[in-house]
Amino acid sequence: MGDFDFGVIIQSLPFLGEGMLLSLWLTFLAIIGGIILGTLLALARLSGIAPLSLLAAGYVNLIRSVPLLLVLFWFYFLVPLALGRPIGSFYSALIAFVMFEAAYYSEIMRAGIQSVRRGQVQAGQSTGMNYWQIQRYVVLPQAFRNMIPILVSQGIILFQDTSLVYVVSLQDFMTSSSIVAKTEGRLVEMYVFAAFVYFVICLTGSIYVRRLKERISV
Amino acid sequence: MNYNWNWGVLFEDPYYGWLLSGFGWTVAVALSAWCIAFSVGCLVGIGRTVPNPTIRAFCTAYVELFRNIPLLVQMFLWYFVLPEILPDDMGRWMKRDMPNPEFTTAVLALGFYTASRIAEQVRAGIEAVPAGLAAASTAHGFSTAQTYRYILLPISLRLIVPPMTSEFLTIFKNSSLALTIGLLELLAQSQQISEYTFQGFEALTAATVIYVSIALIGTVIMQLLERFTFIPGYVGKGG
Repeated sequence: MGDFDFGVIIQSLPFLGEGMLLSLWLTFLAIIGGIILGTLLALARLSGIAPLSLLAAGYVNLIRSVPLLLVLFWFYFLVPLALGRPIGSFYSALIAFVMFEAAYYSEIMRAGIQSVRRGQVQAGQSTGMNYWQIQRYVVLPQAFRNMIPILVSQGIILFQDTSLVYVVSLQDFMTSSSIVAKTEGRLVEMYVFAAFVYFVICLTGSIYVRRLKERISV
Repeated sequence: MNYNWNWGVLFEDPYYGWLLSGFGWTVAVALSAWCIAFSVGCLVGIGRTVPNPTIRAFCTAYVELFRNIPLLVQMFLWYFVLPEILPDDMGRWMKRDMPNPEFTTAVLALGFYTASRIAEQVRAGIEAVPAGLAAASTAHGFSTAQTYRYILLPISLRLIVPPMTSEFLTIFKNSSLALTIGLLELLAQSQQISEYTFQGFEALTAATVIYVSIALIGTVIMQLLERFTFIPGYVGKGG
């Protein structure tokens, strides 16, 4: 074992920084897309319209029973085939993450929607609001607020999961670290550094979630 | 979209055998990792609830460390970094002579990672046991070990069977990450079939069907276990 070489890390910081920006951007877009699609899935599942809720439940259960890597490979393979032209691994990965995370977010949002008491919906109905108005002004704002800590934890998990784009060679933080590790022959330094960076970001995130929970539970 | 369908490829030699062996490795990795995850997870989870502050701090540190580093990074740490930082002889042994290096590494990485998640479930289960029970056993003169052995663990381990189901299924899904260190498990084999035959759709479908079947079978087994371990009058939800 040679000495731990900080030089190689410092030297490659700009390159790693670009990778980190891509990781964060992918996480951000996937969270937004996942929450929107997940909320729609949750609404479909609770809609009481049998075909719609069956379809949503089937989708959620299917996605939740396969690994994220498989979904990544599916979209990496399918999207260019369906569109008839290559669109680059970023968009394939983004679509895969949105479709995958939507299933998990939909379970969270379903619990959130069910945590809003029935009386609230009835009050909305009795004041003459239609379905979408009740969801928009009464149910969803409360569902979101109740679920914020869990939504954020899911976001942290999602951030960790973005490291898997390594398998489709998209240059996020993980892939960049691995490229430097291999070209410089410094596996120990780069992977320990990558672990350290992920650890600091995710630990900060989970401490923040704990604070949020305490604030909400009081 | 023009695509040449050929479902028969999945049943041809050698692709059929590849899928089967991939399935075998997936199950082997998942079950072996589960043994580590369950035993370490229980110990760490219990450790987080004991009165001794040193043990508690150590177990909390374990959970935070393993939960906040992506599994992929942990895989690489076990596979590429550990042999380098171990004493020379051991490192050389890991690199050259360790039997099935990819399999062993994947099991260790997945096992210790999942242990941190199981530890959280175990801790939650122990904390869900009403405080009065532990107090009553202390009042009866039980030692801490006896309180755990006769009161806390028998109740909490049965309480956490439902969340354990999802951890048990997750370990099968997460075992797919072993392909990043070169283990030819199910997903890797399906990728290999798609590269050899250009029948990506069929290969991915086969992998999907197998993963879904594993999830279904796992769910059924765990539901049976749930019925078997159900505490009458206790699981009315919320304790």
